[in-house]
Amino acid sequence: MAEEFQPKILGIICNWCSYAGADLAGSARTQYPPDIRIVRVMCTGRVDPLFILKAFTDGADGVLVSGCHFGDCHYLEGNYKAAKRMFILKSMIKNIGLEDKRLRMTFVSASEGAKWAKVVEDVVKTIHELGPNPITQLTK
Amino acid sequence: MAEKKTKKATAKKETKKETTAQASSFAPESKTARIGVFACHCGTNIAGSIDIEAVQNYAKTLPNVAFVDNYQYMCSTPGQKKIEDAIKEHNLTGVVVAACSPRLHEPTFRTATKEGGLNPFRFEMANIREQNSWVHMHDREGATDKAKDAVRIAVAKAALLQDLIPKKVPVEKAAMVVGAGVAGMQAALDLANAGIKTYLIEKSPTIGGRMSQLDKTFPTLDCSQCILTPKMVDVGRNPNIQLMTCAEVEQVEGYIGNFDITVRRKARGVMTPAEAEAKGIVGGGCNGCGDCEAVCPVIKPNPFEMNMKPRKAIYIYHPQVVPLIYTIDWDSCIKCGLCVTACGEKKAIDLEMQDELVKLKVGTAILATGYELFPIEKKDEWGYKKYENVVTSLEFERLICASGPTGGHLVRPSDGKTPKKVAFLLCAGSRDNTGIGKPYCSRFCCMYSIKHAHQIIEKIPGVQPYIFYMDIRSFGKMYEEFYYRIQDEGAKFIRGRVSNVLEDADTKNLYVMADDTLLDRPMKLEVDMVVLAAAVQPTGGVDTVRKMFGVSCSQDGWMLEAHPKLNPCGTTTAGVYLAGVCQGPKDIPDTVAQAEGAASAASIPIHMGEVELEPYFAQCIEEKCAGCGMCVNLCPYSALSLVEGEGGKKVMKVTEAKCKGCGTCGGFCPGGAIWMQHFATPQIVAQIDAFLTGGEE
Repeated sequence: MAEEFQPKILGIICNWCSYAGADLAGSARTQYPPDIRIVRVMCTGRVDPLFILKAFTDGADGVLVSGCHFGDCHYLEGNYKAAKRMFILKSMIKNIGLEDKRLRMTFVSASEGAKWAKVVEDVVKTIHELGPNPITQLTK
Repeated sequence: MAEKKTKKATAKKETKKETTAQASSFAPESKTARIGVFACHCGTNIAGSIDIEAVQNYAKTLPNVAFVDNYQYMCSTPGQKKIEDAIKEHNLTGVVVAACSPRLHEPTFRTATKEGGLNPFRFEMANIREQNSWVHMHDREGATDKAKDAVRIAVAKAALLQDLIPKKVPVEKAAMVVGAGVAGMQAALDLANAGIKTYLIEKSPTIGGRMSQLDKTFPTLDCSQCILTPKMVDVGRNPNIQLMTCAEVEQVEGYIGNFDITVRRKARGVMTPAEAEAKGIVGGGCNGCGDCEAVCPVIKPNPFEMNMKPRKAIYIYHPQVVPLIYTIDWDSCIKCGLCVTACGEKKAIDLEMQDELVKLKVGTAILATGYELFPIEKKDEWGYKKYENVVTSLEFERLICASGPTGGHLVRPSDGKTPKKVAFLLCAGSRDNTGIGKPYCSRFCCMYSIKHAHQIIEKIPGVQPYIFYMDIRSFGKMYEEFYYRIQDEGAKFIRGRVSNVLEDADTKNLYVMADDTLLDRPMKLEVDMVVLAAAVQPTGGVDTVRKMFGVSCSQDGWMLEAHPKLNPCGTTTAGVYLAGVCQGPKDIPDTVAQAEGAASAASIPIHMGEVELEPYFAQCIEEKCAGCGMCVNLCPYSALSLVEGEGGKKVMKVTEAKCKGCGTCGGFCPGGAIWMQHFATPQIVAQIDAFLTGGEE
């Protein structure tokens, strides 16, 4: 407990809704904690569950996947597929001893800058509560 | 420490997905990559919260980085020149700019990359403004760390980027406009006059929209129908416009330049002369004579007249309708056949008519679906639908209109008497944060209520209008002058939102309860009639249309433009544009202006003849493909199919023109056989690795 825990949170977000929403949070200067790093994809449907497993084995303390609201996907239904995959993946990571709260799927539209800030705040808070990723502890 | 981490990362590169990168032709050449990193200050927008020098020094330590520079404004001409020169001088193979959002300036820097002699898709952006300096303004250390990581992540991707060639597709020389209010009509006319075949789709039986319901327009007091009807007629007879009323978009497929749209033409029950002729009825079809209407025994309220005037089961909304063709209301028609007899030799009426599906191919589309009034009865404090003498602004428009139910004589609904004191309640449901109303300003209510006040002063001697307002927003050309003019005419303006409207059960007079916030005292005013300037909201069912065309909406449900300032007519779906109130409340001049803008935008790809599609489509690494066909079912665009490859092996094949590059297939392929161009698995994995296991050498 000597060093303050600085969580590593990976955000994989879709170009059309959540990335635009995150940009809007910027234009509106809505402040939120900087503990997240973003990888942009065109659609959350692109998110291979293996990316997330890779992130967790690489030491990510949390992963946030964020896309368009249901029915609003720029590519019709990529977000439904992503949500399904994340749902299954959550139960999988639980089985390997990771708290499923470390993986979050959210839906933030291009007009929800404030919501994006809140989502990030919330994820950061959750990860702070959970502490470091246990996998990194094991491999240390 | 860093070294250890890198070693660990290399050891881990055994995962199934990563070996995909080794698949011959798909392998990017990271070993020979020479990346140039350019950090932008954006004045103080970035440099104010991020230590640019630290980011620059850090970038120098990253693998594959051959050159690092920074500049005040990278997007400026000298900034772009830096990129071009550096590519040539330092033999760069990739460019990273750490600046604003790629959604803003990716095209700018791609062009600069191209000018420098590289393929434009060798460019990657690190967003350190919108998603960093602006959102962590008071955390310089945190923001700088984040910027370093963002650069590292971008460099990792840039090292693996490949040359991509955008696909050029021809554009169909036709356009579609959905909604034929004043916005849709204007857009269709502009497109048609530019020589483009235009399909104008309207769900109601006539064009004209909300504007045709209005009596007069502010501030010029033109008669609304008088200025609109010539336009309606122009639309009706323009040879380049194919008008489809009683029609709705049912399905949208394809992409810019090549939209395949299915339109449902609802059975009207009445044939046009052309339709009749096609059926071999010479000289037949509806000529609008109205003989059928005269004999129809069914009486229903007319929604055009806000249900204050009757209509028959076979009807036209009003005398100026375009096209002048009767329509059967199937919900109320009793199929007695009297109209068929009355129509006689014209044989225009077909009581067994069925809906028809029409397939259209268009290059671009404009959405102009308009608005409706917020159901103000939800705010029960003002007593709409509870007290007879409380009406909405649209009802008032019909009541004061010479062609309306009362022939232009304003009367109280309760007893038909001419009101002498009328209260206009502004912001009825607008600027309302209670959760029941709408939080936004509906923008034109102030002005039309002032116009209403003028209209009653003009028509009823001795009348007294009271306007209850929160703020008067007379923002347009000559609007402020109009506001003062009506003040001079004697309208009383009272600042304060009305808290309650009560009714005197005997006289049906109304008591308006408000706080006069200028005099700082509560007031109770007895009036004969109350007119609510109800908030406006997107037309019901518009979500279906919006989703079919892939257009997002704002929090309030209005369709979302590509950029509020710089691209107000475009959407994030290429080839789809917005006009009028469907994008947000606006008055007639703004609506028409936007419609002209949308028409101009929609005509550009058509006149160009071809458009470039971003080359983000999927490809199949055949040696990896097991031919399981999982991806075929996942694709929402039917772009994938299984075909017989070499030696009879089944492999997936991508129809590139159909693929939109979402990557839903690539996110699930069990064999890692799908290569999503520009978002390839090795590229994304490299980004994740760069973030989590460090990139220092």
